[in-house]
Amino acid sequence: MTAPTEQMAETYVPEQPGLLARIFSRWQVKLAVTIIVVLWLIPTLGLLVTSFRATQAINTSGWWTVFTNIGNNEWTLSNYTDVLSRAGFGNSFLNSLAVTIPSTVIPITIAAFAAYGFAWMSFRGRNLMFVLVVALLVVPLQMALIPILRLYTSGGHLAVWMLFGVFLAATIAAAVFLMRGKGGVIPLVVFGVITVAVGIVWLSGTESVTIFPDLNLNGTFLAVWLAHTGFGLPLAIYLLRNYMGSLPSSIVESAEIDGADHFKIFTRLAIPLSVPVLASFAIFQFLWVWNDLLVAIIFLGGEPQNRVITQALMELNSSRGNEWQLLTAGAFISMMLPVAVFFALQRFFVRGLTAGSVKG
Amino acid sequence: MTTPPILDQEPADQRRFGDEADEARGIGVAALRFGAALVVPILSFVALWLTFEFLRNTEANRLIVVTVAVLVGVVGVWLLYWGMDLVINQLPDHVAAGIRPAVFVGPAIVVLSVYLVYPAINTFLISFKEGDDFVWFKNYGTIFTNSSYLVSIRNSILWVIVVPAVAVAVGLAFSVLADKLGKRSESIAKSLIFLPMAISFVGASIVWRFIYSFRPPGFGEQIGLLNGIWSGLLGNEPIAWLLQEPWNNLYLMIILIWLQTGFAMVILSSAIKAVPDDLLEAARIDGATEWQVFWRVVFPSISSTIVVVTTTIVITVWKVFDIVWVMTGGKFGTSVIAERMITEFFLFRNAGIGAALAVILFIAVIPIMIINVRKFRQQEAAR
Repeated sequence: MTAPTEQMAETYVPEQPGLLARIFSRWQVKLAVTIIVVLWLIPTLGLLVTSFRATQAINTSGWWTVFTNIGNNEWTLSNYTDVLSRAGFGNSFLNSLAVTIPSTVIPITIAAFAAYGFAWMSFRGRNLMFVLVVALLVVPLQMALIPILRLYTSGGHLAVWMLFGVFLAATIAAAVFLMRGKGGVIPLVVFGVITVAVGIVWLSGTESVTIFPDLNLNGTFLAVWLAHTGFGLPLAIYLLRNYMGSLPSSIVESAEIDGADHFKIFTRLAIPLSVPVLASFAIFQFLWVWNDLLVAIIFLGGEPQNRVITQALMELNSSRGNEWQLLTAGAFISMMLPVAVFFALQRFFVRGLTAGSVKG
Repeated sequence: MTTPPILDQEPADQRRFGDEADEARGIGVAALRFGAALVVPILSFVALWLTFEFLRNTEANRLIVVTVAVLVGVVGVWLLYWGMDLVINQLPDHVAAGIRPAVFVGPAIVVLSVYLVYPAINTFLISFKEGDDFVWFKNYGTIFTNSSYLVSIRNSILWVIVVPAVAVAVGLAFSVLADKLGKRSESIAKSLIFLPMAISFVGASIVWRFIYSFRPPGFGEQIGLLNGIWSGLLGNEPIAWLLQEPWNNLYLMIILIWLQTGFAMVILSSAIKAVPDDLLEAARIDGATEWQVFWRVVFPSISSTIVVVTTTIVITVWKVFDIVWVMTGGKFGTSVIAERMITEFFLFRNAGIGAALAVILFIAVIPIMIINVRKFRQQEAAR
C-alpha cells in the first residue's frame, strides 16, 4: 500500500529546473498523485459498486468484473430497500439522528456558557478550575465506562466511612483556616455538625448511602446524550474559552456600559462572534457521535429498536457476515451523512478535526 | 484556529463579586452559588428523564419518538439556562452578580465531575479489586504475566509504532507531491485522500473485510479484491488473510492507516504552505536541489507539526477498539488493549481486569498528551 508513494517521493529529484525537466517532473508528480488517489479510492469504490449489484452477481464474480462486461444486467436497488426495511437500517438511521443531534447541541450549550464564564467573568478559583477542566482532556473514554455503567444500572452509593472521612477533613480544614484568621466560624460549625451527624449514622450500623438514585437509565437515548456530553465537554470548553477570550474586550466593555448584563452579552455578542469555532466543534462532535460504536454498545445496549446505525452495521456483520449485498448497502447508508457533511462543510470540517483530534 | 496560550489575559473587569465583607451574607451567597450550579443540571436531568419515562411507555411511531427526543434535548437545555437567568435577575444586584458565574460555569463542572472525575477515580479503585475484595496489584500482575494479555500489549505497541509512522510518511509524501500540482487538482486530490476521515471505523472495517474476504478453493470465485489479485491474477492458492498470524495484525493496521493518512496529510500540507517562499527561493538560488530544499529547509520548519500529528495519531491508535472488534473480535492473535478491556468487562464480567487495562491505557497516554499539547502551543505561537 505504501511502497509506491515512498518510491515516487524519492524519484522526484529535479535538478535546477530547465523547461524540459520541469515538464517531465510535473508529469511524474501527476502520475504519483494519481496512483495514490486511486489506491485510496478503490476500497470505497468496491463497496459502492457492490451495493448496487444483484446478490447472484456479487456471489459469483468480483466487483471489478463489471468494468469488463458493462452490458450485463446485474444492477439493482433492492439491496438498499432490503437493508432499510428488513435489516432495520431505516429505524437505526433515525435513532442515530436522535442520539447525534442532542449529543452535539447539549455539550456545545453547556460549554459555551462555561467558556464565557471562564473568559469574561471574575470569580474565585477561575484559573485553577479552567486548568483542571483542560487537564481532563487526558482522561480516555475507557476510564469512564465501567463506573458510569454501574451508576446507570444500580445507582451511586458511597460508603458511610468515606463520607465521614470527607466531612471530618473539611471540619479540620475549616478549623485550621479559623486559627489562621482566614475564615469564619460558620463553616466550622456547619461541617462539624454534618460530621457528627454522619458519625451517628455510621455508628447506627448503616454501611452506605445512596447519592445517585437507581434510575434504570441504561438503554435510553438520555444515557448516551449525557455520556457524550461529559466526554465532549473538556475539549469544547478549551476551544471555546480560547476563542472567546481572544474577542476584543472593548466590545464586551461597551456593552456593559450600555447596561447589558452577562446573559445578554453572551447571547447577543459572544455567541454570534464565536460562530466559526462553534461550527468547527459542532461538526467534529457530530461526526464523532455519528461514527461512535463504543459508547452506543455500552450505554444504549442491544435492544433492536434503539440501535444506532453503527450498532446495526456491527450486528449485521456478526449475524450475516457473508451477505455482502446487505453489508455493502448498509455500510454505504451509514457513510452517506458524514460524507455529505464532509463535502458541504469541508472548511469547518478540517478545522474541527484538527482541533478536535486529541479528544479522549 | 488561533489558540492563545491558556489564561493569557484577564478580562478588563476585575471587580471581585465574591469578596463580601459580611461573613453571614458570604455564606448565604456561597450556598446560593452552590445551589445555582446544581439546579440547571438537576432540573434538566429530571425533565429529560421524565420525558424518557413517558417515551419508554408509549408505543408511538419511531419518527415521533425521535422528534420529541431531539426537541426536548435541544430546546430544553437552553430554556433552563434562560429560566435560571430570569430567576437570578429577581435577586438584589450584588447577590445576583455573585451567583451568576456559578450559573454559567457550574453546570459544566457538575457534568464533568459526574462523567469524568468520579469515574476516573472509581476506575482506579476498581482496578485494585477482584469482585468486592481488595487485592492490590493482583490484576496488574495478571496482565503483565499472562501470555494472552501480553499478546494484546504487544499488538497495541505494534499498532502504535506502525500506523503513525506509515500514515505520517505517506501523508507527508503526498502533501509534498500535491503541493507541486495546480491549485484545483491539488484540492481535489487532497479531498479524496481525506475523505475516509468521515467514515466510521465500523464502516471502514466492512469496506476492508470485503477486500480481505476469502473462499476456500472449490467454493466459487474469489470476490475479495486481494484474493482476486493474489489467486485470480497471479494464480496462487487463495489465502484467508485475517487468519494469518501474526500478519493479520498488519492487515488490520492498514485500515487505520487508510483512515488516518488524510488527517496527517491535511495538517502537514498546511504547515508546508506556511514555510516562507523567500526561504525556499534563497535555497534554490544557492543551488540546492529540490531534495535538499525539502530535507534542509522544509522538513526542519515543519518538524513540530510532524510531532503534533504523530502524537495525535498515536493517541487515536492507542485507543482503537472498533476495528479489531468488528474484523476479528480480538481472535487469531489480533487483540489490542482497548478492545481487550471491553471484552474483559462486558463479555467475561471481569471488572477488575477491565479497569486495570483502562488505567494502563490512561497512564500511557499522559506523557504523549503532554508532548502533544506543548508542541501544539509552540506551533501555534510560532504562526
